[in-house]
Amino acid sequence: MNYNWDWASVGDSLPLLWEGFKTTLLATVLGTLVAAVLGLIVAMAGRAPSRLVTVPVRAVTEFVRSTPLLVQLAGAYAVFNTVEPLTIGITVLGIHYASYLSEVYRAGIDAVPKGQWEACRALSMSPRRTWQAVILPQAVRNVLPALGNYAISMFKETPFLAVITVSEMVAEAREYGATHFVYAETFTLAGLIFLAASYPTSLLMRKLEKRLGH
Amino acid sequence: MGDFFTYFFDHLPDVWSGLGTTLAATVLGSAVALALAFVFGFMARSGSVLVRGVSRVVVEFFRGTSLYVQLFWLYYAFPLLFGYELTPLFCGVVAFGMNYGAYGSEVVRGALNAVPKAQWEAAVALNMTPAQRMRRVILPQAWVQMIPSFTNLLIQLLKCTPLLWLISAADLTTVVQQMRDRTGETTWAYLTLLVMYFVLAYVLTLLMNALERHAKARLGQHTGVRGLLRSRSAQPAEAAGTSAGGSL
Repeated sequence: MNYNWDWASVGDSLPLLWEGFKTTLLATVLGTLVAAVLGLIVAMAGRAPSRLVTVPVRAVTEFVRSTPLLVQLAGAYAVFNTVEPLTIGITVLGIHYASYLSEVYRAGIDAVPKGQWEACRALSMSPRRTWQAVILPQAVRNVLPALGNYAISMFKETPFLAVITVSEMVAEAREYGATHFVYAETFTLAGLIFLAASYPTSLLMRKLEKRLGH
Repeated sequence: MGDFFTYFFDHLPDVWSGLGTTLAATVLGSAVALALAFVFGFMARSGSVLVRGVSRVVVEFFRGTSLYVQLFWLYYAFPLLFGYELTPLFCGVVAFGMNYGAYGSEVVRGALNAVPKAQWEAAVALNMTPAQRMRRVILPQAWVQMIPSFTNLLIQLLKCTPLLWLISAADLTTVVQQMRDRTGETTWAYLTLLVMYFVLAYVLTLLMNALERHAKARLGQHTGVRGLLRSRSAQPAEAAGTSAGGSL
């Protein structure tokens, strides 16, 4: 191995990668928000009394989570070709992860003791108040660590957005690498930035998990 | 719609060859991942701080640096650094294997820890050698615990194989996208592709369910036939290790 590591290009590409990193973070945060909200809606719809609702909901979530994110992105980009790529990216990321999170919510809701539901009934609370004041606060507590872990997962999958021309960090790394022929430097740098961002977060999640008593 | 399917069925050999690449990447990638999962999973339980440390660092490195970057690094950066070019499929197998091997090692570690302590003690009391103890008492029980998490990881690995398209290996995604370009039938092309992946994922899940049933039967836990058809449970790869302990 007699490669001349080009430190100058490392420094040179850093501002570009930082620009890309902002897009990466934006997509992760907004994608997680979409997934968290949509996942909850899907989980609640999955508990509807009618099978006319639950069966299609389950079929769709099963389909979405069994098919590749990359193909979903490329497909959505090709079909909705007038919409801005970043918007498509965030929406598809959100929908894909909502299909995972709905399962997490479902488990979290199932873990709320049955006595809590019965108590709400005994106090003749409305369904809305039952969910808002009693069930969800407890379910969300159960769900929080898993939600964090999925956010980290999503963070590491945002480079997929490069496929639909979003200039996130890895796309920038590739672009700079191609024009200056310094792939080794830029991709290594991008990988290390991912590690530097995701490792502390995953430690934090582990701590949170312990604290919430999982 | 007619155009696309006419073209699709006229060019079935292309589809088979794409499917072959996708399956090869999935099977070889998961074989590498399985081997690495056991190596690093066992290393994580070693008595030596050094061995445990090496396993921890390697696992965190491959989990933390994003599969996408690893794959591109192997494909673009590796030839520059070492002057040796890897084939796209080989890059895929190595990257998928390392990445999911790292996640899998947490599953192995968690499952080994989840085998009740009394089982270890009983094996010692029966004068078994460490190898016998592992092979005849601990592993069969831990293996049953590992399978559901391995099923999840396997499907996730399958879902990552379209990345091969980006490094110009002619996988299923590449082939169907070419058909889309020729026919201009965007919606049908992508829907077909998604359905094909869905079927693949389902078949793999069924195979893993059968494997789980077989592993359980070896322990004398017989499960009904219905369990064979169930779909897998959702679980992030991030939480792979904690799950075997039974939370959530």
